[in-house]
Amino acid sequence: MMQFMLLFSRQGKLRLQKWYVPLSDKEKKKITRELVQTVLARKPKMCSFLEWRDLKIVYKRYASLYFCCAIEDQDNELITLEIIHRYVELLDKYFGSVCELDIIFNFEKAYFILDEFLLGGEAQETSKKNVLKAIEQADLLQESQTEDWGGLANEEIL
Amino acid sequence: MPAVSKGDGMRGLAVFISDIRNCKSKEAEIKRINKELANIRSKFKGDKALDGYSKKKYVCKLLFIFLLGHDIDFGHMEAVNLLSSNKYTEKQIGYLFISVLVNSNSDLIRLINNAIKNDLASRNPTFMNLALHCIANVGSREMAEAFAADVPRILVAGDTMDSVKQSAALCLLRLNRTSPDLVPMGEWTARVVHLLNDQHLGVVTAATSLITTLAQKNPDDFKTSVSLAVARLSRIVTSASTDLQDYTYYFVAAPWLSVKLLRLLQCYPPPEDAAIRGRLTECLETILNKAQEPPKSKKVQHSNAKNAVLFEAISLIIHHDSEPTLLVRACNQLGQFLQHRETNLRYLALESMCTLASSEFSHEAVKTHIETVINALKTERDVSVRQRAVDLLYAMCDRSNAKQIVAEMLSYLETADYSIREEIVLKVAILAEKYAVDYTWYVDTILNLIRIAGDYVSEEVWYRVIQIVINRDDVQGYAAKTVFEALQAPACHENLVKVGGYILGEFGNLIAGDPRSSPLVQFNLLHSKFHLCSVPTRALLLSAYIKFINLFPEVKGTIQEVLRSDSQLRNADVELQQRAVEYLRLSCVASTDILATVLEEMPPFPERESSILAKLKRKKGPGTVPDIEENRKERNANVNGGPNHTSATSNAKASPPSFVGDLLAPAPPPTNRPRPVSSASFLQNPLTPLPPQAYAIPLAASAGTFYQVAAPAAASSTDLLGLGSSTSLNSTPPAAAPPTAASLLVDVFSENSPPVSAPAHIAVPATAAPAADDNFSSITTKSFHVAESILADVQEPTDKFVCKNNGVLYENQLLQIGLKSEYRQNLGRMYVFFGNKTSTQFLNFASNVLNVHLKPVDPTVDGGAQLQQIINIECVSDFVEAPVLNIQFRYGGTLQNIAVKLPITLNKFFQPTEMMSQDFFQRWKQLSAPQQEVQKIFKAKHSMDTEVTKAKIIGFGVALLDGVDPNPSNFVGAGVIHTKTTQVGCLLRLEPNMQAQMYRLTLRTSRDTVSQRLCDLLSDQF
Repeated sequence: MMQFMLLFSRQGKLRLQKWYVPLSDKEKKKITRELVQTVLARKPKMCSFLEWRDLKIVYKRYASLYFCCAIEDQDNELITLEIIHRYVELLDKYFGSVCELDIIFNFEKAYFILDEFLLGGEAQETSKKNVLKAIEQADLLQESQTEDWGGLANEEIL
Repeated sequence: MPAVSKGDGMRGLAVFISDIRNCKSKEAEIKRINKELANIRSKFKGDKALDGYSKKKYVCKLLFIFLLGHDIDFGHMEAVNLLSSNKYTEKQIGYLFISVLVNSNSDLIRLINNAIKNDLASRNPTFMNLALHCIANVGSREMAEAFAADVPRILVAGDTMDSVKQSAALCLLRLNRTSPDLVPMGEWTARVVHLLNDQHLGVVTAATSLITTLAQKNPDDFKTSVSLAVARLSRIVTSASTDLQDYTYYFVAAPWLSVKLLRLLQCYPPPEDAAIRGRLTECLETILNKAQEPPKSKKVQHSNAKNAVLFEAISLIIHHDSEPTLLVRACNQLGQFLQHRETNLRYLALESMCTLASSEFSHEAVKTHIETVINALKTERDVSVRQRAVDLLYAMCDRSNAKQIVAEMLSYLETADYSIREEIVLKVAILAEKYAVDYTWYVDTILNLIRIAGDYVSEEVWYRVIQIVINRDDVQGYAAKTVFEALQAPACHENLVKVGGYILGEFGNLIAGDPRSSPLVQFNLLHSKFHLCSVPTRALLLSAYIKFINLFPEVKGTIQEVLRSDSQLRNADVELQQRAVEYLRLSCVASTDILATVLEEMPPFPERESSILAKLKRKKGPGTVPDIEENRKERNANVNGGPNHTSATSNAKASPPSFVGDLLAPAPPPTNRPRPVSSASFLQNPLTPLPPQAYAIPLAASAGTFYQVAAPAAASSTDLLGLGSSTSLNSTPPAAAPPTAASLLVDVFSENSPPVSAPAHIAVPATAAPAADDNFSSITTKSFHVAESILADVQEPTDKFVCKNNGVLYENQLLQIGLKSEYRQNLGRMYVFFGNKTSTQFLNFASNVLNVHLKPVDPTVDGGAQLQQIINIECVSDFVEAPVLNIQFRYGGTLQNIAVKLPITLNKFFQPTEMMSQDFFQRWKQLSAPQQEVQKIFKAKHSMDTEVTKAKIIGFGVALLDGVDPNPSNFVGAGVIHTKTTQVGCLLRLEPNMQAQMYRLTLRTSRDTVSQRLCDLLSDQF
C-alpha cells in the first residue's frame, strides 16, 4: 500500500501532499523535509528507488516537478513508477500539457483527479478514460451550476 | 480539454495565489497570509450571511494557506456547511477541506457524519463517491463506527454502480486497516470474493486490493479467492494486447491488476488442486517467456509495466519455493537484469536475488553470478545499488566462497560510502566468524577490519573477537603474535589498542619467549599508546598491566613505577585513579599465589547469540537479515568443541553474585565522594573496622538538588514541626551518618576475617560478569559500576502518584512500602510505611534519602509489622529530579537493597486558583512569550473519559475552570506553584480529540522550566 505521495518542485516547494496513513502534522512536516532533501540531492542517472526508514521510496522527475511515493516493503517498485506516470498522464490530459503552474493554481483539481485514481493508497481505477470521464461529469455539474448564479462570479476581488 | 478557464474558476482565489507567488520574501508572504486570514475571519464572523459561493472560495483559500504549511484553526464549521450544499462544487470543496484538515471537534464529526450519511443515501453516484472518498481519506474510528456496516452493503448491493463499488471496496479496505475490530465479517465476505469475476476490470482491481488485505488477516475465510485469482490472471496473461482496451497500458495487459493478483496469491501456499496449480504454473511460465520476447514498444513505460509483472511473478515463485525449474529460470532472468543498462532493473535484480539466495533450489544458481555482483560493487555509481550488491554478497556467501567475498567486501570498505560502512563492517565480521575454518584467518580479518575502518567497528565486533580468542586455545598464540605485530604500526586505531591490550594481558606469555617480544617490549609497546587513548581504553590497559605483573614478575618494578606516578595515582578521572591505586596496592601486598588466583586467565565465555548478529538485526529490523540459524549451530559446535579450559577453576571462583552486589551496592553515587580513597584504605587496613564517619555521605548542597528533606523517625513524630513553620526544615548536614556503605563494608568484611580472602572475593564479579565490556576488569573493584547500575535501576513509582497522594509505592515479596502525603504551599509531609510481609524479622533496617540526612529508623522490623517514617519536604526552587529513598535490611542471611524514587513532583506544590473567564484570558495573553508556552500533542494512552480526565486535572493540583473555553469538551485549569523563593502562576488547557484519540496540552507559566516540567508530568497521565 502506498503510504503517501508528495509533489515538490526543484526548489523544494511542496505542491501537493497526500497521506494514506494517519500522521501528526509535525511528523508530516518532518518527513517532507527529510525526503525533499534526500531526493533533491540525488543525481539524474541514479536509480528511482531508495530505502528510507522501513519504507521504499519511488520517485521520478517530470520537468520541474518531482513525484515521490512511499510504499511498503512488499510493494512493487516498478508498478509504482507507472502509477506516477499514469497520474502525470491524467493531469496532462485534463489540463492540456500540464505544467507546475496548473497544479499550483488548480490544486483542488489535482486532488480530485488523484482521488478518482488512487484511494486509500491503492489504485482504484487504472483506465485513463474512466477517470477522466468521472472528472468531466463533475465539471459538467459545476458549469450548469455556475450559470445559475449569474454575475456573482465577476464581482469579487478577494 | 481547456477545463482550467471554465466558469468555475474562483477569481479571488487565483488573485490570492498570484499575490503569494509574487511575494519577495517569507515575511511578505506571511504578512499577506495574515491579512487574508483576518479578512476571511471577519467575513465568517460578519452578521451578513455568506452565500455558498463565497464560503467555498474562502474555505478554498484556507486550504491553500494550510497547504503552504501554515496552521489553520477556524473555518471548519463553514466547510461542514458546504457539505450539505446541493451544489456539487461546494460540496466537493467542503469534502476536500475535511479530508485534508481532519477536525478535532467532536460536535463537528457528528455533523460531518450526518452529511456523509445523507450523501450515501442519495443514490446519486457522484455524491456517493464523494462521501466514500471522504471516509477513505479520513478513516477515523468515529467514521468506522458510523459506516462500517453501510459500506459493505453498498459494495455488494446488486444495483450499485461500478464506480461506487470501486470506491466502496477501497473505503472498506481503509476502515479495515485503521479499525479492524469495527469492521464485521459477514455474509458479504463471500460476495466480495466473487467480485474477482466482475465484468468491470476497475471493480476487480479495487476488489483485489481489499481481498488481499482481508486474506492476510483471515486466510481461511478467503481461500476461495485463489482459484478465482488464478483464473483471472490466466485470462489476462493470455489475452491479446488489445483485448482489454483501456486497461492495456503501453501494450501490457492490465499490469496493475496482474501485480495485485500475484500479490494476493502470495497470501497462500501453492494451490493443492492439481488443475489450478497447473494453470498457475502455466501463467508464470508465460510471464517468464514474455520477458524473452522482443519489446512491443521502446517506451520505458512498456518495459516497466512488463517487468513489474515479471518481478511480482518471481516473488510468487520464491514465495512458493517449490518448483525448482521456475526458481532457476527466475534466477537466470534476474542474472540478465544484473547487466541491464537500466539502473532500476539492476537494483531490483540485486534485491530480488537476495531472497532467491535463501532457497535451497536456487542458492547454487545465484552463486554463479558472483563475479557480476562483485563488479557491481566496484563500478555502480549509485550508492543505493552498491548497497544492494553488498546485501546480495552477504546472502549468497557460504563456505565455498566466503574467503573471496570477505576479501572483496574488505577491499570495498576502503572506499565505501560512510553511510553504509558500519553495516558492511558488521556483515564482514559475521561472515568471517560464521565461515571460519581456520581461526587465524578470522583473527586476521577482524584486525584488518579495525585497520581499514576502525571508527565503524562497534564495541560488539571487538568484544566478539575477544570472546572467540578466549574460548579457543588453538588461536591464542597466533592472536597474541598478530596483535603484537599490528601494534607496531606508528598510528593504530584505538580499537586495536583495546584488542591488543586485552589479548596481550591474557596471552602475552605465549609469545614472551621470543626476545623481540619479551615482556618488557610488550609492556613498552602497549604503554607507548597509553597517553593517546580515551579513559575506557586506559582503564583497560591498566588492567592489562596488573595482569602483566602476574604473568611476568620481571616487569613488576617497571609497572609499579608507572602505576605510582602522579599521572596515575592522582588522575583526575576517578576510575583510572582507583584502578591505579588498587592495582598498585594489590601488587605490593598480595603474595604470588594470591596474585595468580586473582589474576587468573579469563574462563571461557558461555556461548550465546553473536552480539554482532543481534546488532545487525537491530539495525536492519527483524526479518531482513537472512536467517543463518542453521549455520550458527554449526559454528557453535566449532567453538565449543574446541579444547576448553577446565571448569574447575572457574567453579572455585564462583560465589553468590548477590553477595558482592550487596557488599558494594550502597556506595553513594560517583559524583563528589571520596570513594577511591576509602576503597584503598579498605585494602590497606582490612581488619580495622573504620568509624562510620569516614564514610559520611556528602550532603545536600550538590548542584541540582532542590530539596531539603528531613526525616525524623516515627517515634519522635510528636516533636515534628508543624507544616507551617519552615525554620528548621532546612536541615543542615548532621555529623552522624546512618548505616551506609561503610558500615556494611565493615560488617561484611568482619564475617570474612582472613584478609587474604578479600581480594579474591572482589575478583569474583569480574569473572562471573556476563557483559564483555567488563569481563576484563577482573580485579577492579566493581563498586563503581555496581553503584551506577543500582542507581539506574531505581524503581520508578510509575506516574500514578502525579495526580494522587496516597498509595503503594513499592512492593516485592518481602516488603511493601506505602505512602501518604500532604502538601501545603511549598511544604509537604510524607508518611512512609514499611510493611514486613514475611514472618521473619528484618535486621539492620535502614532507610535514607541520598545526600540527605535522615534519622535512622528502628533497625528491626518484626515479621508482619509495619514501621513508619516521616519525611518533611520543602520545595526550594522548581526541579525535575525527585530524591531517591534507599532502603537496606538483612533478611535471613542476605542483605536486601532497594532504591525507590520518592514521588515528589513539582505539581505537588500547586495551590488551585479559581478565576473567571475574563481574568483567565487576560492572564493567558500576558503569558504569550514563546518560551512561556509549552505545547504537546500526544496519543491517548487510556480511554478518553471526561470524568476521569477532570479528576486527574484536579488531582494534578489546579482548579478546573468551567465555562472558560467556548468549547465545552476542552478542559481549562489554573493554579500557583509555591516554592520557598517564589510563586509561579500556571494556566493550562487540554483539548481532547476523540476522533484521532489524541490530546493537545498547552501550558503557560511565567517560567519556561516550570511550563516544560508540568507539561511532561501531566501529558503522561492521559
